[in-house]
Amino acid sequence: MTRQTITTKGGNAVEVRGLVKHFGEVKAVDGVDLDVREGTVLGVLGPNGAGKTTLVRCLSTLLVPDAGRAVVAGFDVVRQPRALRRTIGLTGQYASVDEKLSGWENLYMIGRLLDLSRKDARKRADEMLERFSLTEAAKRPAAKYSGGMRRRLDLAASMIGRPAVLYLDEPTTGLDPRTRNEVWEEVQRMVREGATVLLTTQYMEEAEQLADELTVIDRGRVIAEGRVDELKAKVGGRTLQIRPTDPGELDRMTGVIAEAGLDGIAGATADHDGGVVNVPIISDEQLTAVVAVLGRQGFALAGISTHLPSLDEVFLAITGQKSSEADGPESESDEQYAEVSA
Amino acid sequence: MSAATMTAPLAKPGADEGRIGIRANLRHIGALVRRNALQIKQDPESMFDALLMPVIFILLFVYVFGGAIAGKGNQQEYVQYLVPGMMAMMGMNIAMAVGTGVNEDFRKGVMDRFRTMPIARSSVLIAKIVVEIGRMLIATAILLGMGFLLGLEIRGGILEFLASIVLSTVFGAALMWIFILLGLSVKTPQAVQGMAMLVLMPLQFGSSIFAPTQSMPGWLEGFTKVNPLSNLADAARALINGHGAVAHPALITLGWAVAITAVTMPLAVAKFRNKT
Repeated sequence: MTRQTITTKGGNAVEVRGLVKHFGEVKAVDGVDLDVREGTVLGVLGPNGAGKTTLVRCLSTLLVPDAGRAVVAGFDVVRQPRALRRTIGLTGQYASVDEKLSGWENLYMIGRLLDLSRKDARKRADEMLERFSLTEAAKRPAAKYSGGMRRRLDLAASMIGRPAVLYLDEPTTGLDPRTRNEVWEEVQRMVREGATVLLTTQYMEEAEQLADELTVIDRGRVIAEGRVDELKAKVGGRTLQIRPTDPGELDRMTGVIAEAGLDGIAGATADHDGGVVNVPIISDEQLTAVVAVLGRQGFALAGISTHLPSLDEVFLAITGQKSSEADGPESESDEQYAEVSA
Repeated sequence: MSAATMTAPLAKPGADEGRIGIRANLRHIGALVRRNALQIKQDPESMFDALLMPVIFILLFVYVFGGAIAGKGNQQEYVQYLVPGMMAMMGMNIAMAVGTGVNEDFRKGVMDRFRTMPIARSSVLIAKIVVEIGRMLIATAILLGMGFLLGLEIRGGILEFLASIVLSTVFGAALMWIFILLGLSVKTPQAVQGMAMLVLMPLQFGSSIFAPTQSMPGWLEGFTKVNPLSNLADAARALINGHGAVAHPALITLGWAVAITAVTMPLAVAKFRNKT
């Protein structure tokens, strides 16, 4: 089997125009436009209830939109659902594998449902378990897997048919940092191998790690879009936090950084309660420069760290207001996930 | 967003390719039957209803109520009466489990995966029914085995005996569509069970399964005459005991089976397809 080719005009694997899906009074998706270029990752960033899951469900034929159009890999999601299902893979917020079946049996079943011969389905199941480091757990029921293993099995299941377009709906929500990194690595690998990915997330950090472009949505509408670095510049990059060994040196350190005249660094502020100096930076070079200056001055440092703006800060920067935490259909999915991971 | 980018995207022209052929469909059903069978292997407790129910019910009725119903010393005759009747009940009890199974499946993400795959959505339901028919046959075998231990005799021909099994299985399979529809319509497996019991109890006990209906009040006796379980029990009884009318109760039973399937199967499949 080879990866299906995409022949959408302009090299877009996903094109969405004016998509609308309401549930009674709740306008889950309220006129969304977006494009995903072939072979790239689009991050759809938004808080709980923003309409991310509803959007993905519309694009994967699980929901029929009320209005608007969406074409994925050249197929209309409403008029050509059967053809579309041959070209997509979906990994949801909670694992969509059969928990009573072993990892191997899950993958074998999916291979058979995708019309692989018995032999090919067996081979592909072994292959995918190997690739996702699950060979050892192949015979255990998925219910006994850890959260990260289950998510990896889920990704493996989505990849069996070599989909041209992959939807990842909050792939790391509820995972610990180590497992989250594993999932990120796997997604990056899929993209290197040519997959087009639409990724929804609540985390700016995840979007920065994985996405080429970002669409920020809130209350079912797109409120910002662009390349990740463009949006980051808009919201002010990162904050560098420096902790001196001696908290008494906070003010002197702040002064030194401010007077060093480093390129693009406007200033530094001392946070006496936290015992740190905060320096807004945009690039890694600036980080090095700040630390170098402090080193030359002989400061003893207990720790340095950088912080990305939180989703709230992004929203604040884009819209001038806090993000909505409205109850949408997604909050239900979250509960379901919590149930599964408990 | 500017007007220029608002133009509708162009899809490939032509119809929705990828209609699923009959051979692929059978292969999909096979893979899903394997899934359901493996689930049972993983969770053997789920077979308790098929394995233990017939044993418990037959012992309960023959030894606890049998004497009172049939008169002391008439145990043999009561076994001849009860076992064919219980074949009708088995189908209904097993069919109920389909509803809870479907409901549980839907609460898990795996159904989303099936529904985003290039398979006929009905194959998920058909595979479930195939496995449940298997369970029903196992339950019937255990019931008959217990019956033979307690002295059940096949007084009709062997073909008639097999016909009684086929008839009760066909009717049980038809009932499954009702419970699938119920399983897709209510929120929790517990609700499926609760509602199923409401239907089950009057149908089971307001019938000729456990006792002859002549002693019942007129309105109830009238109910038992249309009750498909009564008719199925009477037909199976006539087939196994080799006397009594077969055609009339068998036809009523089959009529019910066809009517139930014709009404609830399309509804269940449509519900399954459109469930969000």
